[in-house]
Amino acid sequence: MHHQLNPHQWVAAHADYLYAFAITRLNDEERAKDLVQETFLAALERIGGFEGKASERTWLTAILKNKIIDVYRKKSSRLKITSVIDAEREQEDFFDAETGHWIVEHGPKEFGIEDKDHLVNKEFESILQKCLQKLPVLWRAVFTMKHIDDEPADVICAELKVSASNFWVITHRTKLNLRACLQKNWI
Amino acid sequence: MNHLKKIVYNCKQATYLIEKKSIKRLSFHEIIELRIHLFGCSFCRIYSKQSRVINDMVQELFRSSMQSGYRLNDDFKKELQQRIEDGLNKN
Repeated sequence: MHHQLNPHQWVAAHADYLYAFAITRLNDEERAKDLVQETFLAALERIGGFEGKASERTWLTAILKNKIIDVYRKKSSRLKITSVIDAEREQEDFFDAETGHWIVEHGPKEFGIEDKDHLVNKEFESILQKCLQKLPVLWRAVFTMKHIDDEPADVICAELKVSASNFWVITHRTKLNLRACLQKNWI
Repeated sequence: MNHLKKIVYNCKQATYLIEKKSIKRLSFHEIIELRIHLFGCSFCRIYSKQSRVINDMVQELFRSSMQSGYRLNDDFKKELQQRIEDGLNKN
């Protein structure tokens, strides 16, 4: 199928979708608004390059994604020093320094929802939301690109300028903090 | 510490492998190492289950917030479409 662009309908057809896409990833309404605007204006410049292989929405979303990655990059380079160090400090005492064994008070305990229909628990969801926001921007960016946008690891590394080994370290540390935050606030 | 004992105790390494496994195939060596560890470690068995649940829940969270009806206000939209029309007329 060959897709076509219809810029006269862009805002009506896609603006709310793009806005929601940006907000769920950046949690910042003003910035999300700006990015939607920038996306359409950048798209205008690129109309000639549209080949019709992807749908209009997919094409616009790809432009928005790149803008979101720019935000991740800017935010994480600026805030890197404090937020990552803080987040790393949080997990310093999770494991015994010598053996790597869980320190008992930090060891995983059942949440009590693992085997149930966990997808409907609103209270747990709101705690999860808060715990996600506590992660350093770079960590959350890596996590979102992997688990929500399903980008390959090497793409994420290239876009966010992290090495492959750092990618695995971040992936591990993100989940350790996220899980510990849930345990602390839920149980 | 001998090698086996290291594997049995090292939850930091085991949780690292659990995360790696959710994204990439582990090597044969890593698979064995993780199996041995999980066999003896109830903490990491819980961790492994929770790690999966968390991934599912974050996905669900994004799905539901995409559908929760974020709307730009109408004035902003009108203005934005106008800017697009202006841009189109220029070309």
